[in-house]
Amino acid sequence: MREFLEGSRAVAEAVRMCKPGVISAYPITPQTHIVEELASMAARGSLNAQCVNVESEHSAASVVLGASAAGVRSFTATSSQGLLLMAEVVFCIAGMRFPVVMTCANRAISAPINIWNDHQDAITVRDSGWIQIHAETIQEAMDMHILAYRIAESPKIMLPVMVNMDGFILTHGLETVDVPTDEQVEKFLPSYKPLYKLDVDNPISLGLLADPDYYMETRFAINETHKDVLKLIPMVNDEFSKVFGRTCGGLVEEYKTKDAEKVIVAMGSVCGTIKDVIDQMRAKGKKVGLLRIVSYRPFPIAAIYQALKDVPKVAVLEKAVSLGSYGPLLAEVRSVFCGKKKAPAISGFVIGLGGRDITVDSIKEVYKKLTTKEITEEYIDLKPELLEESI
Amino acid sequence: MFGPLISKAITARKNKTGSWRSGEKPKFLQKNCIACKMCLLICPEGCITGEAKNTYICDYDYCKGCGNCAAICPKKDIEMIKEE
Repeated sequence: MREFLEGSRAVAEAVRMCKPGVISAYPITPQTHIVEELASMAARGSLNAQCVNVESEHSAASVVLGASAAGVRSFTATSSQGLLLMAEVVFCIAGMRFPVVMTCANRAISAPINIWNDHQDAITVRDSGWIQIHAETIQEAMDMHILAYRIAESPKIMLPVMVNMDGFILTHGLETVDVPTDEQVEKFLPSYKPLYKLDVDNPISLGLLADPDYYMETRFAINETHKDVLKLIPMVNDEFSKVFGRTCGGLVEEYKTKDAEKVIVAMGSVCGTIKDVIDQMRAKGKKVGLLRIVSYRPFPIAAIYQALKDVPKVAVLEKAVSLGSYGPLLAEVRSVFCGKKKAPAISGFVIGLGGRDITVDSIKEVYKKLTTKEITEEYIDLKPELLEESI
Repeated sequence: MFGPLISKAITARKNKTGSWRSGEKPKFLQKNCIACKMCLLICPEGCITGEAKNTYICDYDYCKGCGNCAAICPKKDIEMIKEE
């Protein structure tokens, strides 16, 4: 059924259909509406889940870790500072191989405090072992939660999934979405059957001490599993489209890249703006395209190589920085082509930090700046006059 | 692939942690023992066993040589000796 929904409400609706047994979260803008809606669903009785109120995000993550350890499907959502406060437990959830699903309403990191959108929060915990997927639209954010549980709980995977949706732009924006039916979700997502759980009749220890004789293998195993996830996502996506009649991103999305001379690589909601710009420029005969990275972890190295190897000029557009070095996405896209004979000229641009508006003109400027010379780190729409202010 | 993820219960006993002991270890003389069980109760490793008088002994596979048993023995029937 098609409904006009706020992004957060749409996500809450999708999570309700996935029937989590435990939900725990701490309010933080712009994530709050999601869990608020889920709590009221539980109160009304349309969702049979235990909503655990906690005193911080560290505790929220710990509650879903514990619930997952007990063999229950669990859900949490957070953003920005909340994710950073969770960070310790975020690594533990992945290390203990619990299929928790979390929504990250992407937001900038303090200081200075800023509640608006960029990708710094998710990028900061990219090495935690979580699968990280980025939504472009509200429809996709909604669908990705259903897909996320399916991937996370696959018996050979057992890794947590972070569904990233841009704060405010997607969480508070409204869109007409195709809301799946409970029957469709039930068909696609079977009930959770844990491979292992805490059980008094069958005692096991989880997340215990691993001395130098054991630790390295735990990291190696997660890394190998991420390679399996790369194979699994397209397969599960095919099944998804059979049940729901639409795709859910896959690993990457190529938009008019086949004959393109200039391609932007980006993640998240900004890709909608970029596609509009591409349509406008294509109408004038300019050969431009977009490569949207849907799965940031695992990083789809082979798919990116295939999509970009014949493109002469590439711009990596990112909403995050690695202060003191190249942008994280730029560094990774460049590393795909290290030692390869066919390589595009790859330039890097930082855009929209702390929610600075990304306009059609900003995107056009990026395409204009793409010449044969590589640009390593340029900030788009920067205000130099602010830098000249004295203390 | 999961790697070393889960441990079954009571597997820690496989680790013979007595190898951590350095310097001294207790010697149970078994001469003046009154079976007060003070050594057994205070042992942080729980590796001392015994019932009747002059039967108390510790398991050197787990004993760390802390000396609590020797210190608490009211009959001075446990002494710390050099590790060979």
